[in-house]
Amino acid sequence: MTDLTNLGVAAIRDGVRDGSFTAREVAEGFIANVSAGKALNAFLVETPDHALAAADAADAARAKGETLKPLAGVPIGMKDLFCTKGVITTAASHILGGFTPPYESTVSANLWDAGAGMLGKLNMDQFAMGSSNETSAFGNVISPWRRNDGGNAALAPGGSSGGSSAAIAARLCPAATGTDTGGSIRQPAAFTGISGIKPTYGRCSRWGTIAFASSLDQAGPMARDVRDCAIMLSAMSGFDAKDATSLDLPVPAWEAGLSSDLKGKRVGIPKEYRVDNMPPEIEALWQQGIDWLKDAGAEIVEVSLPHTKYALPAYYIIAPAEASSNLARYDGVRYGLRDLPEGANLQDMYAATRADGFGDEVKRRIMIGTYVLSAGYYDAYFTQASKIRTLIARDFEQAWAKCDVLLTPTAPSAAFALGEKSADPIAMYLNDVFTVPSSLAGLPAMSVPGGLDHVGLPLGLQIIGKPLDEQAVLNAGLALEERAGFTARAERWW
Amino acid sequence: MAVDIPTVKKIASLARIAITEDEAARIAPELDNIMGWIEQLGEVDTTGIAPMTAVIPNHLRLRDDVVNADPLTGGGIRDAVLSNAPQAEHGFFTVPKVIE
Repeated sequence: MTDLTNLGVAAIRDGVRDGSFTAREVAEGFIANVSAGKALNAFLVETPDHALAAADAADAARAKGETLKPLAGVPIGMKDLFCTKGVITTAASHILGGFTPPYESTVSANLWDAGAGMLGKLNMDQFAMGSSNETSAFGNVISPWRRNDGGNAALAPGGSSGGSSAAIAARLCPAATGTDTGGSIRQPAAFTGISGIKPTYGRCSRWGTIAFASSLDQAGPMARDVRDCAIMLSAMSGFDAKDATSLDLPVPAWEAGLSSDLKGKRVGIPKEYRVDNMPPEIEALWQQGIDWLKDAGAEIVEVSLPHTKYALPAYYIIAPAEASSNLARYDGVRYGLRDLPEGANLQDMYAATRADGFGDEVKRRIMIGTYVLSAGYYDAYFTQASKIRTLIARDFEQAWAKCDVLLTPTAPSAAFALGEKSADPIAMYLNDVFTVPSSLAGLPAMSVPGGLDHVGLPLGLQIIGKPLDEQAVLNAGLALEERAGFTARAERWW
Repeated sequence: MAVDIPTVKKIASLARIAITEDEAARIAPELDNIMGWIEQLGEVDTTGIAPMTAVIPNHLRLRDDVVNADPLTGGGIRDAVLSNAPQAEHGFFTVPKVIE
């Protein structure tokens, strides 16, 4: 019998529907892989009972001849940023130690309603602040990938959704949720040879998702291929009155709309993304991507996004500013950690709790945010960054007059080694140089694997689309996927 | 403008994060470096540009004027609200005494 854990979302769904195997067999296979994959440190909490209950419900529905739900029989991983009722949710931070939500996030509830089961809660950068998974309070996630140069350096799975990317690449789950504030779905997908899409801001409800930077945070799926992302995204999306920024629009049938025929489509190549010191391999892959999309029938046009170089510094004002406000709620009173030194007053308790509970990167961002919002600096920093954000969004609007989607590399390098960039915050921030601009503009964007670098590590290509045009993003992603024929996978060492 | 140790202590106090002298001395150059990198935003001429307030045009909705229309965001769930509190007594969150 084939190993069911080699199957993706669509294959599992179809196989359960036609009776090729049972949902329980699938769930048991992945549960075994999760148990055997502890060296990756991808899961913070394992929930095999949840996955088995969903599987049994799918098998029972089939036995009764009922129509199966869209994700019946598919067990998934849940990033620990999503509140899950009765299951500890900490955003990988000590400050939320022991927090057991009495409610379910909208995105996770939508997935369970669609028939999916949960294998567990996935490790991540603390409060989704990081690009390497090194800021988790529960240890680094280790990428399943290793360089083929004989070295055994432990590599970053990307971040912040690094538990999600590592788990999928290592076949611990066929798909997982991610969240993307400045690239946290796309960069880890690129680092681990999988696919991931951040939809248009507002497609997925933020209700019950632990907030980092509310004007940027957006959930999305990560999976092994474009079709699986489309299926997951349809299940996760939809209007939710509990989120004031949720879009009251029907959810398109993205899977049914998949087509890799790009005749009549124009693909823009933003010249400002040719950054200094870009590794030649990334440059070559980008050119290869251009050729693939031409082969799919698309017309290639050069476009200009003149404010690109200001996106990252603007992001590092806006995101920390919003974070400093959002994370003010962690005060040792309502949930999570309380540190009450002997004889301390209320203010001391707040300060001690927050000093103990937050990791260094989280503190760094709260302090940057506090600084840029403080009296005397607000206009010079926050207002200026918000104006530049308008200019960045306008750059994209002007590009859409010339093209339907944009093609860029996802990240400026392949996965780096753990520890390699953690001493230099700006070097780490620069890893998001290609993903942050579309986040600031709220646009749908996805990463698909394009190939391997000279030491056998995956490299990703990014497609950015117009607001609400996830279909064009997925279709261009599919055209790349079909031509890249990416089948490499990490050799098992764990 | 340079981020020095007194500035870091001030920010930490505003952010309600306790820091030691050593930590302030370590953090100051880090933040100074990051803020120095951010200074490049000053090069951009933003005359007449409105700050962004919403990435995707959306309208604010009014909900029906119904109590507890959605139980998930409604009231009457005191025990659930308190269930994660480090310390709760008599149906309230409790904190150290704030008046003498």
